[in-house]
Amino acid sequence: MRRLEPAAIGGIMSREVANFRTFWKSTVFSSTLEPVVYLLAFGLGLGSTVVKKVDGLDYVEFVGTGMVATAVIFSSALPAMFGTFVKHRFQRTYDAILAAPVDVEELVTAEMLWIGLRAGFFGTFPLIVSMAFGLDPSPGMLLVPLFGFVTALGFAGFGIATAATVSKIDQFSYVTTLFITPLFLVAGTFFPIDQLPKGVQIAAEFNPLHQLVELVRHACFGFEATDLLRLAALIVFALALWRVAVNRMEKRLID
Amino acid sequence: MRTDAPLRKHRVARCAPTPILGEPMSVIELNQVVKRFGDITAVDHLDLDVPAGICLGLLGPNGAGKSTTMRLLTGQAIADEGTLRVLDFDLPERSKEARAEMGVVPQLDNLDVDVTVEDNLAVFARLYRVKDVRAAVDRCLALARLTDRRRDAVDKLSGGMRRRLLLARGLVNEPRLLLLDEPTVGLDPQIRTELWSLIDGLRGGGTTILMSTHYIEEAQRLADEVAVMTAGKVIARGRPDDLILEHAGRETAEVYGPPARLAEVRAKAASQGLTVRPAGPAVAIVGSEKATDGAVPDDAVVRAASLEDVFVMLTGEEAA
Repeated sequence: MRRLEPAAIGGIMSREVANFRTFWKSTVFSSTLEPVVYLLAFGLGLGSTVVKKVDGLDYVEFVGTGMVATAVIFSSALPAMFGTFVKHRFQRTYDAILAAPVDVEELVTAEMLWIGLRAGFFGTFPLIVSMAFGLDPSPGMLLVPLFGFVTALGFAGFGIATAATVSKIDQFSYVTTLFITPLFLVAGTFFPIDQLPKGVQIAAEFNPLHQLVELVRHACFGFEATDLLRLAALIVFALALWRVAVNRMEKRLID
Repeated sequence: MRTDAPLRKHRVARCAPTPILGEPMSVIELNQVVKRFGDITAVDHLDLDVPAGICLGLLGPNGAGKSTTMRLLTGQAIADEGTLRVLDFDLPERSKEARAEMGVVPQLDNLDVDVTVEDNLAVFARLYRVKDVRAAVDRCLALARLTDRRRDAVDKLSGGMRRRLLLARGLVNEPRLLLLDEPTVGLDPQIRTELWSLIDGLRGGGTTILMSTHYIEEAQRLADEVAVMTAGKVIARGRPDDLILEHAGRETAEVYGPPARLAEVRAKAASQGLTVRPAGPAVAIVGSEKATDGAVPDDAVVRAASLEDVFVMLTGEEAA
C-alpha cells in the first residue's frame, strides 16, 4: 500500500465531518459573534474616538481585515492542540484509527487538512461581518479562504506537534502565553507593525500571521508584487510544520 | 461432597479447526519477539503461532504483556527484537496491508459518542476501503442487533449496546483475523454472556480470533486453545482440557475453615507432594485424586479441576 492514500485521508476527514455535524451551530455562532464584538469594541469604539485612519484605511477596515488572521489562528492552533490531545489521551480515537489500515502520516495529514479547511472557511467570517460595518467587497477577497487555509495548515501542524509533545493538558497555557498571544499581537491586526521597534518589526516579518494579515489586506485593497513571496513563505511554513507534526506524532503514537 | 464445575457443564464441545482454503497455515507467527519500555521488558522472547480458523485465548494477569502483544500485531508498537508475520505480511514493513484484513476490538470503548451509530460504522468502513459502505453498515447493525438504533447518538446507548457496536465496528471489513483485547472487561455478567454468544458465532463461522483476557471463564468458554502468558512469555499452551489434565489433574478439593485448620490441611497435603493454592477464603488441593491417607478432609468440596487451577498454579496470581 502506498503512502498518503486518499481513501485513508478521506475516511479520517469523514469522521471529522460526522463529529462537526454535532456542533457546527456553536462554531458558526462564535465565528460570527466574535468579530462583531471586536469590531464594535476596536473599530467603532477606538476607531471613532482615538484612531480614525491607519495606513490610509478606516480603522474598521484595518481591524476587520486583520481579524481574519485572528480567526485563522484561533480556529486552527487551538483546536489542533486540544483536539489532538483529547482524541489521543482521553477518547483513544487514534488507537482505533491506527488499528485500521491508516498510518500516522495519513492521520496527521487528514487532521491538518480538515482544520485548514474549517479555519479557511470560518476565517472569512470577519470579512463578511466587516462588510456590514462598511468594508466594500472586492474580487481579491475570493482568495482569502485560500490564504487562510494555507496559514491554518501550518498552525494546525504546530498545534498537533505541541499536543504530541506536552505531557499534561494544562501545559498548553505556556504555549498560548509564550507563542500564540505574541504572534497574534504582533501580526498587525490592531495596529501597524511599523510603529514598533526595529527589532520587533524584523521579528514580525517572520510571523506567519503578519504575512496573512498583509495578504488579506492586499486582497481587499490591491495586491503587491511581494504577495507571491508571502504566499510562498506560508506554504513553506505549512510544509515544515506538517513534517514536524508527523514526526512528533509518530514518536507519541507508535511505541 | 462432590460437584461438577458449572463451567465444564456449559463448555461447548468443539473439534479441531479445519484448515481454511487460501489461508496461510499460520495466521500469526511471532518468533522470539522482544519489546522493552525502558527497563521494563513487556514482551520477552515471545514465540506465538496462531493457526487459521481457531480462537486462541491469550490468558494472563494484568501486566503479562497481552496488550503490548496486541499493539505489536497492529503496528502500534515496534518490536525491539524478533520477527512478526501476520496474514503472510511481515511486520512492521507491511503492517498496513495486514491491518486491512484484520479487525480489532479494543479493551477501552473509543467510539465517537456524539455521532450516530451508523456514522461510527460508516467511518470505519471507509477507513477499511469497504466498497459498499451502506451494505457493510447494514450488516454490522444487524450483527450487533442495533438496526433500530442506527440514527441514535452513541451516548444514548446502554453499556451492552456500545460493546456490541464496538465488536461490530471491528467486523466492518469482514476480517480474516480478529483481535479481541479484553473484550468483556468491566462488563456485567449479562452483557458478557451476550458478547460471548456473538464471539462464539464468529468462531463458528471460521474467523481466526486472537483474544486476550484475564477472565478464566471467558478463555474456557470461547477458546479452542489457550496460551497462558506471564512476564511477557507464553508459559503453557494447549486445549483447555489438555492444559487442565496436564497441570492440575482431574480433581481439586477446596477446604474451608479457620486459618489454623487451613494451615494444617496445607501442611498435610504438601507432605504428600500435592500442590496447594489459596482460593479466596479456602485452600485448594490441586490433583486431589492423587491424595491418600486423609490428606483431603471429608468436608472438602471436591470439584473437577479447572483452568483457574492451571492459571493460578502457573502464574501465581489469583484468578479474575
